[in-house]
Amino acid sequence: MKKMTMSDVDFLQNVVGPLNVYVGEAINEDYAHDELSEIKALPDCLVEAGSTHEIAQIMQYAYNKEIPVTVRGSGTGLCGGAVAVAGGILLSTARLNKVIEIDEGNLIARVQPGVILLNFQDQVEKLGLLYAPDPGEKSATIGGNVMTNAGGMRAIKYGVTRDHVLGMEVVLPTGEIINLGGKIGKNSSGYSLLDLFIGSEGTLGIVTEITLKLLPLPKKTATLLVPFPSLNDTIRAVPEVLKGRIIPNAVEFMEREIIEAAEEFLGKPFPDKSAPAYLLLRFDGNSKDELEKVYEIAANICLQQGANDVYIADTADRQQLIWETRGAFLEALKASSEMDEVDVVVPRTEIPHLIDYTQKLRAEYGVRVLSFGHAGDGNVHIYILRDNLPQDKWQQVLPEIMQKLYDKGQELGGQVSGEHGIGFAKKEYLWHSLGETQMRLQRSIKEAFDPKGLLNPHKVVS
Amino acid sequence: MRIAVCIKQVPDTTEVAIDEEKGILKREGVDSRMNPYDLYGLETALRLKEKFGGEVIVISMGPPQAAAVIKEAYAMGADTGFLLSDRKFAGADTLATAYTLAKGIKKLGTLDLIITGMQTTDGDTAQVGPGIAEYLGWPHISYVTKIVDSSDSSLTVTTDMLDTIETQKIELPALITVAKDINRPRLLSYKLKCATQNKEVKILNYKDLAGEEEVFFGLDGSPTQVERIFPPQRNCQQELWQGEPQELANRLVAKLKELRFI
Repeated sequence: MKKMTMSDVDFLQNVVGPLNVYVGEAINEDYAHDELSEIKALPDCLVEAGSTHEIAQIMQYAYNKEIPVTVRGSGTGLCGGAVAVAGGILLSTARLNKVIEIDEGNLIARVQPGVILLNFQDQVEKLGLLYAPDPGEKSATIGGNVMTNAGGMRAIKYGVTRDHVLGMEVVLPTGEIINLGGKIGKNSSGYSLLDLFIGSEGTLGIVTEITLKLLPLPKKTATLLVPFPSLNDTIRAVPEVLKGRIIPNAVEFMEREIIEAAEEFLGKPFPDKSAPAYLLLRFDGNSKDELEKVYEIAANICLQQGANDVYIADTADRQQLIWETRGAFLEALKASSEMDEVDVVVPRTEIPHLIDYTQKLRAEYGVRVLSFGHAGDGNVHIYILRDNLPQDKWQQVLPEIMQKLYDKGQELGGQVSGEHGIGFAKKEYLWHSLGETQMRLQRSIKEAFDPKGLLNPHKVVS
Repeated sequence: MRIAVCIKQVPDTTEVAIDEEKGILKREGVDSRMNPYDLYGLETALRLKEKFGGEVIVISMGPPQAAAVIKEAYAMGADTGFLLSDRKFAGADTLATAYTLAKGIKKLGTLDLIITGMQTTDGDTAQVGPGIAEYLGWPHISYVTKIVDSSDSSLTVTTDMLDTIETQKIELPALITVAKDINRPRLLSYKLKCATQNKEVKILNYKDLAGEEEVFFGLDGSPTQVERIFPPQRNCQQELWQGEPQELANRLVAKLKELRFI
């Protein structure tokens, strides 16, 4: 891989126009990192591409000149996936932000990768449609969601991003353009390259257009806020609720400690703080009566499982307050201390064991270890907070705690990342977890797509 | 402390469709809910009861299905509920509504305090609360944003008069109307909802309220003439500026100064 020269910059300016190329000090520091990870690196050059054709030209050039290329959407990742650790070109998809088509006949949308999730959700909801994946970070791009196979709250009912991607246009590292899948509901035509690209974190190709599945928008939602006497009681109730043959569209667990941090962060009081831990259940449906029947089943099971009470939020404003607080957890913790996160996923019946273990680690290391997350799909976000720990001590205990958590996750039948991905920060944990045979297969896939290793180098498998 | 809280069933939507020809709100197919401002009133009452003991009585006027908001109040912790319901009460403007509610409230026995939301989300007049107090001949304070101090014989409250924030003390019995964000209303308790499932909603009709004197109920008691009903014009203007960052920043500062924001 080579360092870029002025003639490389000239070429890029010719392709995308001089105003869309930034070099040296003109590159904002924001582009050196993502939302969480401590990994910092500025690219030689930031390029904001405006079309598939431009990206193909850039890739062909970069391939010939052996210039590394890292793709970036909104930069809201948590593992350094969109940081140009090898320098070279940082290719932003921010200008590729058009919803190309909403096809109501096929219930399908075609979008460019830089479309912001929130804008897209709003746009389809106005048409009475639902784009079901609902990752917490609403300013992320759809391209970024696809590249990390983002999950989110509604995964328990509707699945993750992968389940809603039907096709894509991809520029390969060589500059060739391929089309995968399409506006089709079934596909048994050879290896699914589409599925390989989903979750590949920009290491195999650059997605330039995405075909997404839409659903009819449920007309009503209701949320239950369920206080329990302990976190363990909270989590143990989840499989019982789901045995009731009802499917919530979100099942979250949270502790008072985090609720209080979010309250302070938002400056808004939460409706109840009487209990140490809460379960949050949300249901969707088409009428108030239908919803009431369903949430009453859940409420009765929760009471049988020892809940103190079940609070009902059945209007938009009541629900918004709860979900706004839930949505602020990550930001609130970030504002309180330096931290790192483990995004492990285990079978949902194993969550209590994982949580027990985090509490053990907290006591053993004297470091705050807080968790919240998607109790319904087994994806737990565990945060390890530095607080006042001296930096050298932190650097020593953090990897130890993280490795122990990943080992525990694996022991419980889980995987390293549920939805945030591997990027740069978590790759050693992934390699350790997958073992030699699987890593050999993973690396051979990378090599088949990107023989020179120029696309998003040093990420995931390399 | 015996507290009555006036509550109303309103359409559960932020954008009520309007039938401009008939001059009425289109309520068909829209779910109902308790007027959001009344939730603040009910929460205020429940907190005062927690402090002083006593009883929280909710009272509403509306068609029989409005009993749903009384039930909702039970699930939040209200003790007793009355619904003023009669065809003769229909078509009431704010004056007739205040009159009817005041008549109903007189049937509730001795009260220390009446609380209403500052306005409803379907009418937005903010007149009914003070109207009730006037009919009862009680002192009242509107737009209460905070209960600063309370005893069993008086309340000290702050009230938002737009240009000024006033702190006032009022002797009980009295009526207050409360503003949004005076507190965080509690959610419905499923346990209370189950426990109060068969709890009675007491209905008061025309015969219960009409005495010997002249009556001013419903359409007949409503001097308000609706000439036209229409959605307000959205007065949102946008300007798009393009240019160099420094030039745009200067323009923005100049504009903010012009608008006297800075």
